[in-house]
Amino acid sequence: MNNHADTLGKRRQRSTNIAAFVFLLPVFLILTIFIFYPIIDSFIISTYRWNGIAADKVFVGLSNWGKLIGDREFWFAFRNNILIMILSIVIQIPIGLAEATFIEFAGKKATVCKVLWFIPMLMSSVAIGFLFNYALAANGGMVSAVSKLFGGGNIDLLGNKNTALITVILVIAWQFIPFYMVYCMAAYTNVSEDVYEASLIDGATKGQYFWQIALPLLTPSIKSAAILSMVGSLKYFDLIYVMTGGGPGTATELMATYMYKNAFVQFNMGYGSAVAAGMFILITVLSLVTMRVINGKKEEA
Amino acid sequence: MEKEYKKSINKSRISWVSAILLAVIATMAAVLPFIFMVFNSFKGKFEMLTKGVFAPPEKLNLTNYEEVLAGGFVKYFGNSVFVLCLSLLFVLFISACAAYPLARFQFRMNGFLYAVIVACMAIPIHITLIPVFQMTKSLKIYDTIWAMIGPNVAFALPISVFILTSFMMGIPREIEESAEIDGCNKYRMFFTMILPLAKPGLSTLAIYNGVNIWNEFSFAYTLTQSPKNRTLPLAVWDFQGQYSMNTPMIMAVLTLTVLPMILLFIFAQDKLVKGMTAGAVKG
Repeated sequence: MNNHADTLGKRRQRSTNIAAFVFLLPVFLILTIFIFYPIIDSFIISTYRWNGIAADKVFVGLSNWGKLIGDREFWFAFRNNILIMILSIVIQIPIGLAEATFIEFAGKKATVCKVLWFIPMLMSSVAIGFLFNYALAANGGMVSAVSKLFGGGNIDLLGNKNTALITVILVIAWQFIPFYMVYCMAAYTNVSEDVYEASLIDGATKGQYFWQIALPLLTPSIKSAAILSMVGSLKYFDLIYVMTGGGPGTATELMATYMYKNAFVQFNMGYGSAVAAGMFILITVLSLVTMRVINGKKEEA
Repeated sequence: MEKEYKKSINKSRISWVSAILLAVIATMAAVLPFIFMVFNSFKGKFEMLTKGVFAPPEKLNLTNYEEVLAGGFVKYFGNSVFVLCLSLLFVLFISACAAYPLARFQFRMNGFLYAVIVACMAIPIHITLIPVFQMTKSLKIYDTIWAMIGPNVAFALPISVFILTSFMMGIPREIEESAEIDGCNKYRMFFTMILPLAKPGLSTLAIYNGVNIWNEFSFAYTLTQSPKNRTLPLAVWDFQGQYSMNTPMIMAVLTLTVLPMILLFIFAQDKLVKGMTAGAVKG
């Protein structure tokens, strides 16, 4: 009897396993073709010198990797990625939170703000890149127009090596602040209305409520927002490629734009693959470290 | 006491005034570039330079739009719609298939397979760009609209599986149990029960992935070459080659590419906002 139940259970588990296999087959097929295999292939191509078209692939061992490690342009691009990452977190999340808090406190009266502040999110990175390319142009741009109003001359923010990167960072902030606003607004809905009312009855001002009650409750959400922003900043490509192409010079070069130029402009597929693989390793390591740090803290609490 | 009270009222007034001032600045910062785009798209080439960039257009001059629409814009738009529909269909079906066993079956590899899929969310597309480029060439689909569909689907899957799995975990288990007693097998259960019950999750995902696929640039730019096979994000790129000195014309192209999103925002604001932030999952 017992034996019978056992085989029945086994048979059941077997049919479950088969069903799981069938349902999971398509996703792993697609991921293997378009993600797993290309990652391995990138590492393989990185050991060749190859223009991607001709059949004469030359095996060069690890020389592309040696070049990458000593490549100052790549590390400069990495530095730019890190700068964008830090400044994105520092600029976007506090402003997004401030906007969400304003809407939270002002209530229905702030609906107009909510709608207008969301507008940048309707545009794609490419469209934003082009728009600001023209809006910030020295001739006929917005900033130049304002400068002329005050008696100044044309201003070329994107063409100047010293201002290009910070300008790009501000444009990225323009794009993503609405995202963090909506994100923080969602986080506010998790802070219950009762807590807010109770604190006001106890005589807390809105400032006190924000700093001492709401902010600690929002901290977990803000942490996840920071991870999100971090991973995104390291992968950044579209907007900068369209707006500056990494220039002027290498002022706004990123790992992704540098990889693209090597592979698809200079047709140096081998070295391009090494750059892509290096970027992959750096992003993986950085994400793992941050997750570990943030999750470790959670366990302590 | 009276004095204290007045002081606190004054203080709160000052903070409200400064908050509103900041809000006005934030509004201007958010809206001005957008106004720049829309206003200038209606202007003539020289009107913009002589009248100033923020001046409203003299009249609703549609010639820019007419020229853009006559210049092949419709083809880009059609390609985008095609790529979007096909990619979305695959993404939704495949991720629903994957999420079903991950959310509701018990089998040994479950946790591991789920972790592998979710880990793919952090992978940068650029690591796959060169091999996928070579692959599309050897499959002879380079420079066709088919080239973009595979990569679009692959990079949308991990987050879709992640979101759908947690959604399906929320569907009550009793429904399944009673159906199982009635002799319904897992495949029929998926199509007749789970898929219809997962509709709200699927519609959120459709918006989230739809927006991303609609705006996808890197693969489209790398895997296609001729204007007749390119999608909307590249329309601006190609038009720029033609009209680089004609800012109002470029602004008209930009306004047209943003138009679908604006319409969606006007008619389905809540759904759009919810869908677009679906990716912001708590880590």
